[in-house]
Amino acid sequence: MIEIVGLDKSFGDTQVLKNVNVEFIKGKTNLIIGKSGSGKSVLTKCIVGIHKPDAGKVMYDNKDFHSLDQIGKREIRKSIGMLFQGSALFDSKTVIENVMFPLEMFTNMTKVEMRDRAQFCLDRVNIEGKNALFPAELSGGMQKRVAIARAIAAEPEYLFCDEPNSGLDPQTSILIDNLIKEITEEFQITTIVITHDMNSVLEIGDNIYFLHEGQNCWHGDKDSILRSDNEILNNFVYASDFFKKIRKTLQ
Amino acid sequence: MIKLVEHIGRYFVLLAMSFRKPENGRIYRKRIIEEIEIIGIKSLGIVALLSVFMGAVISLQTASNIDSPLIPAYTVGYAVRQSVILEFSPTIIALILAGKVGSNIASEIGTMRVTEQIDALEIMGVNSAGYLIFPKVVAAVFINPFLIIISMALGLIGGWLAVVSSGFLTTTDYIFGISYDFKMFSVVYALVKTVIFAAVITSISAYQGYYTKGGALEVGASSTKAVVYSSVVILVLNYIITQLLLI
Repeated sequence: MIEIVGLDKSFGDTQVLKNVNVEFIKGKTNLIIGKSGSGKSVLTKCIVGIHKPDAGKVMYDNKDFHSLDQIGKREIRKSIGMLFQGSALFDSKTVIENVMFPLEMFTNMTKVEMRDRAQFCLDRVNIEGKNALFPAELSGGMQKRVAIARAIAAEPEYLFCDEPNSGLDPQTSILIDNLIKEITEEFQITTIVITHDMNSVLEIGDNIYFLHEGQNCWHGDKDSILRSDNEILNNFVYASDFFKKIRKTLQ
Repeated sequence: MIKLVEHIGRYFVLLAMSFRKPENGRIYRKRIIEEIEIIGIKSLGIVALLSVFMGAVISLQTASNIDSPLIPAYTVGYAVRQSVILEFSPTIIALILAGKVGSNIASEIGTMRVTEQIDALEIMGVNSAGYLIFPKVVAAVFINPFLIIISMALGLIGGWLAVVSSGFLTTTDYIFGISYDFKMFSVVYALVKTVIFAAVITSISAYQGYYTKGGALEVGASSTKAVVYSSVVILVLNYIITQLLLI
């Protein structure tokens, strides 16, 4: 479980996060949603330690991340897997080398054990026969799946997914969403997905936090989000014509 | 001025981060060997080509400018040796490597920065500065002296080929000239410069790449800055080292 308590973050005179309080549950897909510029990415970067918050705490299973020393932080980071918006696969490494990388770096596994584990992860995300290819030779959807395989290779306790569906077609997006949900439940990981894709929200949103102008604005799940009477949330959810029609149907 | 001090401070902080204890020595050793190939072996062609022609041109220019009967013929060999060993091989080749290797390092690390690959390393718990920069610096410091020794030899061979084939000098005179009053310290001085320049090229280029912000355009700008700053620092250090070691 990850708990965020009273988090503030400013860049110069601009306060991006204002007293954010959230709780991400183990074995569930936790979503942070909000408009562009609402502070989702900054919140994530504060959680994984790329940014240091001005105030507040980030608790990983009751350990305050930002009060730990460098070694303590590194230990927690080893239990984090992250899927980046642009996949962030290493260009100079092949698919199998990318997935083996965290194992090579932090485990004492033999080459055969590492290869077996990497193959298991690639099979799990339905990537077959692409081991020797480089990331540039893969489609966007495949890159995302390889990135998921790399993120779960070292059996993380926490999985972060930054806009996992950006740049993907609707079918591949659903595939990636389902994969994230299945992996979360199968390996009992605390998964945090940052998105503004409403299809994803309705597909996998077990525990949803809506950020608006750097503040918690709403908290619920995929069943309650369409029936909320929060006007700011509704402006976000029912922004497209398609969802406006759904709203009319619901009313 | 404040900006310059800030850059220098950040540069040394990055270097300190790079030289922290590695998470996994085996991986770092593997990376150093890969970098030796990229930085050293793949530069051999350009270094060889430049050195042969550089030696040839120095010898021809020296020979064509010495037409006094009072100056012995072997002086050409002597002048070529001194020029190649003291200056052309260590400094000019370093400037060429600043262009080839420096721009490559800055664009590689810069691209990794803007495509979040460095963030990915950090989130995995890897010391990204150590993983990316340390092997490059160590590899260059190790392999560049070999490159420069090869460059010296090829420069002298190029000089010999040029003066003998154009009839300015006999082989015997040239060999007498290049071995006349030879001091081993000249080579030591050249290698000291080489090691320092190797560290400068790799670390400054890595610094420019590591702190790239933005996209493809900024990666290009970092690459250009890496070459310019490395070259300027090489020239300044060349003067300082020469003052300290030769004067």
